[in-house]
Amino acid sequence: MNKIVIENLSLQYTDGTESLRGINMDIREHAITALFGPAGGGKSTLLRCLNRLNDLTDVEEISGRILLDGENVLDPQTDIIALRRKVGMVFARPVVLPMSIYQNLTYGLELAGEKRRSVLYEAAERSLKLAALWDEVKDRLDDPAIALSGGQQQRLCLARSLALQPEIILLDEPTSGLDPISTGKVEAALQELKKDYTIILVPHSVQQAARTADYAAFFLQGELVEYGDGAELFTNPKEKRTEDYVTGRFG
Amino acid sequence: MKEIAIVQGFENNLDSRNRKGIIWHVLFQASTIVGIIALIALMLNVIDSAFGYVAYEARMDPDSLTVDGIPVEDQSKDQLVALLQSTLSSGAYNKLDNETLFVDRSREEVFQLVVERIIRPKIVQVWKFWPSLTRSDEIRATVTREYPKAELDFVSWLTYDFVTRPQTSEPLTAGVRTAVLGSLWTILFTILLAFPLGVGAAIYLEEYASENWFNRIIQTNINNLAGVPSIVYGILGLAIFVRALERFTSGKMFGIVNLTSENGRTVLSAGLTLGLLVLPIIIINAQEAIRAVPRSLRNASFGVGATKWQTVWSHMLPNALPGILTGTILAISRAIGETAPLVVVGASTAISFDPSSPFSKFTTLPIQIYQWTSRPQEEFRSLAAASILVLLVLLLSLNASAVLLRNRFSRRF
Ligand SMILES: Nc1ncnc2c1ncn2[C@@H]1O[C@H](COP(=O)(O)OP(=O)(O)OP(=O)(O)O)[C@@H](O)[C@H]1O
Ligand SMILES: [Mg+2]
Repeated sequence: MNKIVIENLSLQYTDGTESLRGINMDIREHAITALFGPAGGGKSTLLRCLNRLNDLTDVEEISGRILLDGENVLDPQTDIIALRRKVGMVFARPVVLPMSIYQNLTYGLELAGEKRRSVLYEAAERSLKLAALWDEVKDRLDDPAIALSGGQQQRLCLARSLALQPEIILLDEPTSGLDPISTGKVEAALQELKKDYTIILVPHSVQQAARTADYAAFFLQGELVEYGDGAELFTNPKEKRTEDYVTGRFG
Repeated sequence: MKEIAIVQGFENNLDSRNRKGIIWHVLFQASTIVGIIALIALMLNVIDSAFGYVAYEARMDPDSLTVDGIPVEDQSKDQLVALLQSTLSSGAYNKLDNETLFVDRSREEVFQLVVERIIRPKIVQVWKFWPSLTRSDEIRATVTREYPKAELDFVSWLTYDFVTRPQTSEPLTAGVRTAVLGSLWTILFTILLAFPLGVGAAIYLEEYASENWFNRIIQTNINNLAGVPSIVYGILGLAIFVRALERFTSGKMFGIVNLTSENGRTVLSAGLTLGLLVLPIIIINAQEAIRAVPRSLRNASFGVGATKWQTVWSHMLPNALPGILTGTILAISRAIGETAPLVVVGASTAISFDPSSPFSKFTTLPIQIYQWTSRPQEEFRSLAAASILVLLVLLLSLNASAVLLRNRFSRRF
């Protein structure tokens, strides 16, 4: 089933950079879709379009449609707060909120008006377990979140978006600052999560893309060069440019 | 061979770079030292006038007031009251009694009255601190020669009494309580106006206003307003608060009829005028502080579904608050030292009663200082120096409390 349908999406920043050009993409439910490619390809820009975080940046013009369950996300009428609860996001550098670990997890729910302590606690525990962090922090939930290691902070950010019970999780290079062991934990968690969620991941390396992706999309300077089944695309790319990049002969 | 040459060339380069670095280092240090010297000179100048010898003569010889062998300093309160009653005109006596009943006054207060009204010491000459230290013998000789009846004392013009006594026209009994209270009242309204307005405007400009020509014009104007001469704000304050809003600033609107301040020349007008004056400073600094909050924190907050307002309130403001308070400190320092706009708004030259409500007439410390320095007699110069010290202490303590507040907020994790 297609969760998201992107139709002819183009985006231009105020400084004139055309970061996305005529993107057409169908994103599958309950799968990991990897967006990869060299720096400046527009991967982060596309992710930010999906939950409208681009509203906060200097976007000059945006055209096309992004249909999420058939509704156009880019429609000015869209309730972006509801949208962001449905589409969670984890950034490259983990940004924990300056609060305790527990409060980081419950903050989003509290903002939405949830007050029952049992519900908050269950959400925190469930999301920490999903993000493979529970065992490490279960005895120190009231410590400041800033005291966690980088890898733990990244999983806390993942848990924080999971606590809101989103349907889609956007991850922008979630393991770029992590050691291989933490990376392994996050990747394993993602494989578990895809059973219930739709995951869109910008991996920090081609290898990670190849390891994790069910579907993969190669972005080059704002253009979607090739998109298809992950295993297929990495072993047998159709486009010359994709092949060059995947085999490391790029540039 | 070639490699070594490259390395040597590089080392030479390093030498000249180091030299350049040292020159700049020395220049920076020199500018700091110049600044410090200027500050020290200022302090010395103030201190020089604030302490020193004073020669004064009694207009009435205290010995002549001795009753039954008891000198006037040791007489009981009743004796002193009787003395006042017999010496002063009945009108003056009754006026004093009306202000505060003699029954309610302490002996100390009555004795003060005797000194002020009957003995009336009069300053004949004052010396500054430095000559008082180095040429005390010479000073003593001068006094015995020229003012045989005068008494010579080494005094500190800055005393506890000086701070707590109201303004009077007699240098020996004048104090700055009226002016200190006036300054505090004024600053209170300045902050009440400028802090919420300034922070609000900064939040709007940074978080809500879109990038268009209209908002850019507003921004440019705010930056320019910070440089407008303060007298212009005085004229503005006179037109708006004293004239146009007179019913409000004089308290008539609230049914308060204060005969001493029938017009709008009140603490409230002064505070609001200074509030306008420092508004741009607070806005600019608050904007700076808000801009310094990392964008990632904003994104994280939006990412978990916070509304703009929730993000501003729980993340932007707590993080920007230390910076905002720094700006406020600057603003308070500026406002507390302002003189010109208050003169225009109509600070009173001589009032002896304390401001007690927003609708009181007022004077402030800088105005008091200005008035005293412009008097010809040397003793008023000393009073001014002592008031400057009071102003500095006031400024320091206000700033210290703001700094404490700021540290409290930045210690959150
Ligand atoms: N806020 C912005 N304002 C102007 N231009 C931007 C902005 N954000 C991104 N761009 C430009 O848009 C293009 C795409 O950027 P984007 O961050 O989406 O690339 P990316 O594929 O995520 O790169 P990376 O792998 O380095 O993260 C780049 O040329 C970038 O300079
Ligand atoms: Mg990116």
